[in-house]
Amino acid sequence: MSIQDLMLQEKSHVTSMGKAFLCERVVMRGKDLHLELGDLDWFSLYLYSITGKRYSEEQLKMLNYIWVCTSYPDPSIWPNHVTELAANSRSTPSLSLMSGLSISEASIYGRRPDRRAIDFLINTRKAVDSGGKLEDLINESLKKYRIIYGYGRPLARIDERVLHIVKKAKSLGFDSGEHFQLALDIYKYVKQHKRQTVNVAALAAAIGADFGMSPEEYQLYLTPCFIAGMVPCYLDGMEKPEGSVFPMRCQSIEYSGPHKRSW
Amino acid sequence: MSNSFGYKTKIWFEEPEADNPFAAKNCYCHGYDVYGDILSKATWFEYLFLLFKGEKPTAKQANLLETLAIALTNLGPREPSIRAAMNGGVGGATHAASLMSALSVGAGQCGGAHEVYILMSLWDTCGTDLELWLQKLPDPVEDKREDIWKPMEHAPGFDPNGVSCPTPVVQTLSALTKYDESGCLHFLQETRKPLEATTGIPLSMTGVSAAAFHALGFDAHAATMLYLMLRLPGAAAHAIEQRHLGWRAFPFYGEHIHLTNDPGKTELPNEEELGL
Repeated sequence: MSIQDLMLQEKSHVTSMGKAFLCERVVMRGKDLHLELGDLDWFSLYLYSITGKRYSEEQLKMLNYIWVCTSYPDPSIWPNHVTELAANSRSTPSLSLMSGLSISEASIYGRRPDRRAIDFLINTRKAVDSGGKLEDLINESLKKYRIIYGYGRPLARIDERVLHIVKKAKSLGFDSGEHFQLALDIYKYVKQHKRQTVNVAALAAAIGADFGMSPEEYQLYLTPCFIAGMVPCYLDGMEKPEGSVFPMRCQSIEYSGPHKRSW
Repeated sequence: MSNSFGYKTKIWFEEPEADNPFAAKNCYCHGYDVYGDILSKATWFEYLFLLFKGEKPTAKQANLLETLAIALTNLGPREPSIRAAMNGGVGGATHAASLMSALSVGAGQCGGAHEVYILMSLWDTCGTDLELWLQKLPDPVEDKREDIWKPMEHAPGFDPNGVSCPTPVVQTLSALTKYDESGCLHFLQETRKPLEATTGIPLSMTGVSAAAFHALGFDAHAATMLYLMLRLPGAAAHAIEQRHLGWRAFPFYGEHIHLTNDPGKTELPNEEELGL
């Protein structure tokens, strides 16, 4: 950007995303927040803020279910563990929850796999539509990256959410979506030929893709999704005596570095 | 995954107090007694180097790290990560929240820590081969998969909105080069102009910092963490200052925002009808 452009920016920030006319009104993506969006539930408003679109009641139920089914109130899950440690260290509610949310943008779980899962499905769908053979596309990806995001799972053999999400998708009529079917076809192939399983990330990403979300929109939609599982961990950490959760004795540290030496 | 609920580490071990297995009597960092030895003999930057590298630094390495830390301590209140902290401070947010906001903004790839991360990988690939740098800078990230990080929009290590290399960047590079035992900073000093001519933009503090981290032998992860941490003092000081100055003295951009799709003015509910 040139100095002239920066000088223009210095005077005016032009946007179509929104503005608060304090004492008067608020506009979000071209709509009056109080008058035109005021009857939306918060979840619908959140999706509107991301995509600028309104979703049907069934779509909202499906998207809501994906949040619900990943709300695990278990402090052994890493983001929740952080939240519980923060609470038990007597940090604040916002710091406890936001620290847990921020580490949800991880590489072996959470947002990076989510983003790559939807991208893989969108691109594979396009490639299949252009005449590509699904098993070739799967093997090509496995050869290149050794992993297809949404398949396999750290820590556990199977993902108990899979059956629930398939059941929900069937009940709401979304199981016939192109990407959803593709995700299941991939599962059938990797199960038979690679002894891999499917996890919720693949099926949730398929729903996002079938609803027309881009990877960016999909990540933004998922960003708060663990928070309902974190709140009970926060409360649990607060209820317990300070400094008492997951105590670790000195000798639990398994050291393999250099022997004692003098500075 | 260990079932012992303990952590594996090559960095740290502890010996417990006789009366409490949860309290350490002695703590060792890479084998050195932290409170019995390091505390009275090492400088902060010698200890910092030890912590990340596992070995004591040479005198020049310690000086290089400390000089870089001084350069990064406060990038001033116009710098985005410091502005983020100030936005926290002015509203009376928790101190941790101000620093978290500085870390989040300062993590980015336009002047932030992820730019340093990308540069560290380029240093590993290109070393002091100018031709390779010129080849890689326009397209620095080989992994093209969809990611939480966007594709780079400018040559990493250079300022996309710059005109000429700012004096503090030149001064920092010059000061760091005095302690460079690896040749990386000398190389950057010697090739700055051809690199700037090719990229069309001037060298930035991320470019100088990454060269220094590479000269010190840090990997990409350590360099990124240190680039995040070493800028926090300025963020903290400016956040505290704005907290004391108060919101009336702080810029509010309301009138600066111009909508391209304003649906127009609407009426508020009638106060009298609501009995207010």
